[in-house]
Amino acid sequence: MEAVNLLSSNRYTEKQIGYLFISVLVNSNSELIRLINNAIKNDLASRNPTFMGLALHCIASVGSREMAEAFAGEIPKTLVAGDTMDSVKQSAALCLLRLYRTSPDLVPMGDWTSRVVHLLNDQHLGVVTAATSLITTLAQKNPEEFKTSVSLAVSRLSRIVTSASTDLQDYTYYFVPAPWLSVKLLRLLQCYPPPEDPAVRGRLTECLETILNKAQEPPKSKKVQHSNAKNAVLFEAISLIIHHDSEPNLLVRACNQLGQFLQHRETNLRYLALESMCTLASSEFSHEAVKTHIETVINALKTERDVSVRQRAVDLLYAMCDRSNAQQIVAEMLSYLETADYSIREEIVLKVAILAEKYAVDYTWYVDTILNLIRIAGDYVSEEVWYRVIQIVINRDDVQGYAAKTVFEALQAPACHENLVKVGGYILGEFGNLIAGDPRSSPLIQFNLLHSKFHLCSVPTRALLLSTYIKFVNLFPEVKATIQDVLRSDSQLKNADVELQQRAVEYLRLSTVASTDILATVLEEMPPFPERESSILAKLKKKKGPSTVTDLEETKRDRSIDVNGGPEPAPASTSAVSTPSPSADLLGLGAAPPAPAVPPASAGGGGLLVDVFSDSASAVAPLAPGSEDNFARFVCKNNGVLFENQLLQIGLKSEFRQNLGRMFIFYGNKTSTQFLNFTPTLICADDLQANLKLQTKPVDPTVDGGAQVQQAVNIECLSDFTEAPVLNLQFRYGGTFQNVSVKLPITLNKFFQPTEMASQDFFQRWKQLSNPQQEVQNIFKAKHPMDTEITKAKIIGFGSALLEEVDPNPANFVGAGIIHTKTTQIGCLLRLEPNLQAQMYRLTLRTSKDTVSQRLCELLSEQF
Amino acid sequence: MIKFFLMVNKQGQTRLSKYYEHIEINKRTLLETEVIKSCLSRSSEQCSFIEYKDFKLIYRQYAALFIVVGVNDIENEMAIYEFIHNFVEVLDEYFSRVSELDIMFNLDKVHIILDEMVLNGCIVETNRARILAPLLILDKMSES
Repeated sequence: MEAVNLLSSNRYTEKQIGYLFISVLVNSNSELIRLINNAIKNDLASRNPTFMGLALHCIASVGSREMAEAFAGEIPKTLVAGDTMDSVKQSAALCLLRLYRTSPDLVPMGDWTSRVVHLLNDQHLGVVTAATSLITTLAQKNPEEFKTSVSLAVSRLSRIVTSASTDLQDYTYYFVPAPWLSVKLLRLLQCYPPPEDPAVRGRLTECLETILNKAQEPPKSKKVQHSNAKNAVLFEAISLIIHHDSEPNLLVRACNQLGQFLQHRETNLRYLALESMCTLASSEFSHEAVKTHIETVINALKTERDVSVRQRAVDLLYAMCDRSNAQQIVAEMLSYLETADYSIREEIVLKVAILAEKYAVDYTWYVDTILNLIRIAGDYVSEEVWYRVIQIVINRDDVQGYAAKTVFEALQAPACHENLVKVGGYILGEFGNLIAGDPRSSPLIQFNLLHSKFHLCSVPTRALLLSTYIKFVNLFPEVKATIQDVLRSDSQLKNADVELQQRAVEYLRLSTVASTDILATVLEEMPPFPERESSILAKLKKKKGPSTVTDLEETKRDRSIDVNGGPEPAPASTSAVSTPSPSADLLGLGAAPPAPAVPPASAGGGGLLVDVFSDSASAVAPLAPGSEDNFARFVCKNNGVLFENQLLQIGLKSEFRQNLGRMFIFYGNKTSTQFLNFTPTLICADDLQANLKLQTKPVDPTVDGGAQVQQAVNIECLSDFTEAPVLNLQFRYGGTFQNVSVKLPITLNKFFQPTEMASQDFFQRWKQLSNPQQEVQNIFKAKHPMDTEITKAKIIGFGSALLEEVDPNPANFVGAGIIHTKTTQIGCLLRLEPNLQAQMYRLTLRTSKDTVSQRLCELLSEQF
Repeated sequence: MIKFFLMVNKQGQTRLSKYYEHIEINKRTLLETEVIKSCLSRSSEQCSFIEYKDFKLIYRQYAALFIVVGVNDIENEMAIYEFIHNFVEVLDEYFSRVSELDIMFNLDKVHIILDEMVLNGCIVETNRARILAPLLILDKMSES
């Protein structure tokens, strides 16, 4: 209260103390505010510059909403009025800034805005400084209004920078002219893109070059303050250059200058240089120049004593990483991780994971890196990272065996981190069969290895290991008894945790009750994951907050890959149905059932069912008539990407049974804009319609950006057919109208069911079908390498049963099956004779209907 | 924008504190102790910029006194670093070879000087003569 009384006194000293007290101790919510406001109002109106100055100062410090309401109209007028004193103008400018910050809506944009810009030309540099701060903030909200300030700022800046030291005597600080003002002006310029007016731009470039030149000159004073001030201006100038990103030679010079600083004696300069280089690394012009300093940076990483400098070095390494130096950088980051501060470990782990994945030329290296990561900093490896490595291993066949072996070896270490056990358990469960041949990693040894870690793990890991055990039961029947014992033990069946108990009981039952086929179906290899957004990057962004490093990731990111929340079984199926599936009727309205599949043992060599979405980033498939090659791919397999272009991706999943089939067409919107009026139509030629019945469900006409819609098509084969239906897509993207046509791979062989038969039966039937029309023979050159396993897999994928030991020549392939149509059933026999020297095949097909023979022969010939 | 300006001695006693963004009184002491702890633990080879929570600390040591300035991301660290030195030079000129005792006994004057230089978190005046002008006039008035 006393302070408020002081405010109204006329003596300067008392008033000052009063204001000082208020500005320091009173916050915006005090009850005294109203009284204070009154006092301030009086002072402002008093026209006495000192009083006004004090009052404004107080407003600036306290700046509450009520004050803003009271004074927001007045202050701009004071600011630009011609007769106010300079010191008052200074205070008024910053006062306005404060009020604007607290309540931007209350500060009207009036005609005073242009006057404010003119303040930049004022003689009194204090006013200029204040005005610059004000304009910088205002310009960020309304850039249009303050555009004129750019040219003024540039001219002012050039006058300052090129001035001789005697001009600005008061403001020259250790021979550097007005450093703080220069810094402020440079920051103001950063709010705007590079000026379009060539004169202004030329001046600005000149200015920046002068600053850079000055940095090279020998210092005018030995004092550290001189160099500090000079460098302050220099760093701000470099930020501006990076922000504009338009002058390559300036960028390169800036980069070189920073490079010199990297080895400076003073730690401050090294720190700032590393920080600026991080932003510089993102610009395309200077990326190369930045990379030349990689040795220095790595050295800094190893030898710096200051942890924040080391942290900057890591950030810079992350920013400058690209394909050429990825391996080196990742290795360095891993070695740093071992000694890093605990608070930053998680961030480094995420970064290493992202880099390893982005620049992995050889995925074995990627697997190694991630396993190393887990070994060094297992606690900080978040879930996303190890989900990702499993996803990649499953999506890529070539690395599966290597992953299994490496994981097995890693698990043998005496002290394993739990994450390693999780990853190891999962991978061995899926791909343990790939290393089971080696006596050192026989199934029993694998099981014992995993089980030895079992008790040391937490509940979720144990749950995962139980799943692995049941997968082992499927893969390696010889360890079935051992595993069943484990599952049967009381510690599992009567475990306190519900999840573990449930899993143990169910798996035990499953292993005892189910036949091998059903077990194989249920525990089939996990299909590859579809690709979506990477959640590791999202996690890194969350951690770093507004840091610029992760923004660079966005601009450099060319392919976005996905992390699944957890493995989820997708319904994979083939055309072969060997046992009656317990699943619901295919044409029923229930959810799509996971139809039984070919036992995993036979899929050892083939990648037909597995390699589905992993090559979706490959070349664009051309439109309608040219989609033949894609079509041909689908003859022997049922799932995959049918068509892809810049805008959308069409994927297929189908399953067939006798003469019925169901196909799911997935339309993925690859862009971020919606598709409107999305209408897919299935077109069948007239004669085809008689033989093939297609029934579709309608699809939502709007497809959101990045979303995927699904359409189900029910297929019924009435009679044999040769043509394929065409899928025509029409939609509106942006303003353009898009039309896409692609052939749907519904071919006669989809309704082919394999039949096993002995060799006498085969030859008997073969003789029965000796009518010339019933036989079709084709001799053709092999298009693909003649590999026995692949050929066998293709024949099975085609739908026929592969009969062993029927043909006297062991190199020949013999198959038999039945084509199911609604009207008839047509038996088919085929024989494929390869000639390795000539790289040719002879294919003979005999069926009871000539058109069928013709069609099947055509289809099958394309496959080899 | 400058968030706060502190002068703390080696024993952790705050000699001057000025906040440009409102923080509760009890939180202030907590902040000050944490800040001084991180500054004291650094050696002379380490750089003067520390990242603390979501802003940066720039500190400079003068004998037994630490001057710490907390800024947000957009400020140029080097400029602030020099600003601290400028501030000390102004004090030096006014008090002729300033010491910690001078600051303790003339806290109001130091505040006035600081207010002349920094307003609402922005550096507004760096010219020594102009900053000290009002203060010198004040002194003259109180003498007479």
